[in-house]
Amino acid sequence: METKDKLSPEKAEKLLYQLLLMRKFEEKSAELYTREKIRGFLHLYTGEEAVATGVIQALKPEDNVLGTYREHAHALARDVDAGAIMAEMYGKQEGCSRGRGGSMHIFDKEKNFFGGSAIVGGHLPIATGMALASKKLKKDNITLCFFGEGAAAEGIFHEALNLASLWKVPVLFVCENNLYAMGTALRFSHAVQEIEKKGQAYGIESKAVDGMDLLKVMAAANKAVEQVRNSGEPYLLVCNTYRFRAHSMFDAELYREKSEVEEWKKRDPIPKFRKYLLKENLISETQLQEMEEKLETEIQKAVEFAEAGTWEAKEELTKFVYSENPGS
Amino acid sequence: MSDIKITYREALKAGIRDALLKEERVFLMGEDVGRYGGAFAVSKGLLKEFGADRIMDVPLSEAGFVGAGIGAALAGVKPIVEVMTVNFALLPMDQIVNNAATLLHMSGGQINVPLVIRISAGIGKQLAAQHSHSWEPLFAHIPGLIVVSVGTHEDARGMLHTALEHPDPVIIFEYTSMLNLEAEIPADAGPTNISKAKIRREGKDISIITYGIGVYKALEAANRLSEQGIDAEVIDLRVLRPLDEESFIRSVTKTHRALLVEEAWNTINISSEVSARIMEKAFYELDAPVKRLGGIEVPIPYPLHLENASVPQVEDIENAVIKILRP
Repeated sequence: METKDKLSPEKAEKLLYQLLLMRKFEEKSAELYTREKIRGFLHLYTGEEAVATGVIQALKPEDNVLGTYREHAHALARDVDAGAIMAEMYGKQEGCSRGRGGSMHIFDKEKNFFGGSAIVGGHLPIATGMALASKKLKKDNITLCFFGEGAAAEGIFHEALNLASLWKVPVLFVCENNLYAMGTALRFSHAVQEIEKKGQAYGIESKAVDGMDLLKVMAAANKAVEQVRNSGEPYLLVCNTYRFRAHSMFDAELYREKSEVEEWKKRDPIPKFRKYLLKENLISETQLQEMEEKLETEIQKAVEFAEAGTWEAKEELTKFVYSENPGS
Repeated sequence: MSDIKITYREALKAGIRDALLKEERVFLMGEDVGRYGGAFAVSKGLLKEFGADRIMDVPLSEAGFVGAGIGAALAGVKPIVEVMTVNFALLPMDQIVNNAATLLHMSGGQINVPLVIRISAGIGKQLAAQHSHSWEPLFAHIPGLIVVSVGTHEDARGMLHTALEHPDPVIIFEYTSMLNLEAEIPADAGPTNISKAKIRREGKDISIITYGIGVYKALEAANRLSEQGIDAEVIDLRVLRPLDEESFIRSVTKTHRALLVEEAWNTINISSEVSARIMEKAFYELDAPVKRLGGIEVPIPYPLHLENASVPQVEDIENAVIKILRP
């Protein structure tokens, strides 16, 4: 495969590091949630890491990224600082959204990372509009928009795709199909379950890929990004994946069998990629050992940064409602 | 400079045209704004002058194109999004409330949305229950939005200009029933304020506080009342969020009486808020209870006489004032 041929040891190491950082970051987040350091809703990405990693690596820094409410990993893949994300989840003003957003609203304008959106499907037309702006301003950046298969049942998904295709704007829609919209399985919510067909209905080139295999996601994403950039037209990439953990921290997982989860865990993208790198001599055992230590340090530093963060003064409560402060 | 006679429609169009001429990044998008000429002919002729990239017809996807307007605005262009009528504005309400109004805050001040949404609203063409809404209060409830109401020709001409300079989302309410109404404005009329209420008529006996369609009605009532020796002040709120409290409190402090007039249903309307603020800030200035004259709580009926009975008319305003002053 093309991507395999091109994979340099440096890039291989970076990708594996990113996958592991996502996994460990989410594990730490879950732990901190049970310790009540993080509150509110917390949606973990565990199991889906190959999607964010594989797609975002195909972008340039000037491209826009919009994530879902399960977006810590999207932000990490976009090199948003882990400490700033953790501090955001703590609600501290050193957080990447000054603590105003929390887990579901990670923003970093410098990284062109535009959230963090928690009304399912609500950010899709924003992505279309951002791509429209790129077209009008004759910029060559593209806009990447993640969403879940649940969003594809929303009317706004259909409006956003139709507009993107009608206007011919450079937006890459990436569906993270993890098979469950909260607890409702794909088969109970979609009459047509191949999400890529819905893109095709709007004249958008649409492909599905195994979202549990990083190399396959990378190859598909590289092709998709290149096509969007060259054609200036939208593309829909469906990544079929699975979340190993519950929907959120409030989910007792009554809707699926443990055996099903165990089956999917056999397809865990991380051991698969690690095994591949070792086999291809793209990484050594020593490097893996060093990587573990580096990860431990980064996670620890992120938590320390969040712990050391400060609370915004109550007097500043009404900040950020308007750019200027026009009063009551 | 001399005054010119202009319809409300022509004034709105002149405002849009100015904005398009002034800045290349400005574009108008909405249902039927181009080839059709605008549902109410406000944008008629602009497609020919500016081309389809700047006068964009969009499909019937209110949530989709308002959302796209939000995205376009935060990414560096300046859309004027037209929602044909307020009656369709619940469809993009999620985009307006959960995205336009919240992105700045959720991002800790990083991402502002300099979007302008024009919405035609109000009663007055026998369009029945689904097409006669006055939903300004729904929008005025939302922190993060600027909500303005175009009650005069001067503002029809000048509010858009100011709205486009604002860094945050501005919702402009225009009124279908006023489109053919003629009035005189200065030939060089320009940008108007979107942060202050305006005294449209000075008076000392009572403050009639209103907005939108209520402004000319209140002025007409005030003229009739002056023949009976009553000197009413008419305040056009103009900006419904954030309210310019200072202006109407000052007026009530002068006149000691207030009549609040609007077409929106009385329960939880703009007048409810104005009334509450008068109680909080000027209670001891009052010589009479504050009176609200709002929409009757009924889906707007089709027959003309019932439609007219659903919202305050000039004579209702006149009678209400007399009742307050000469009980």
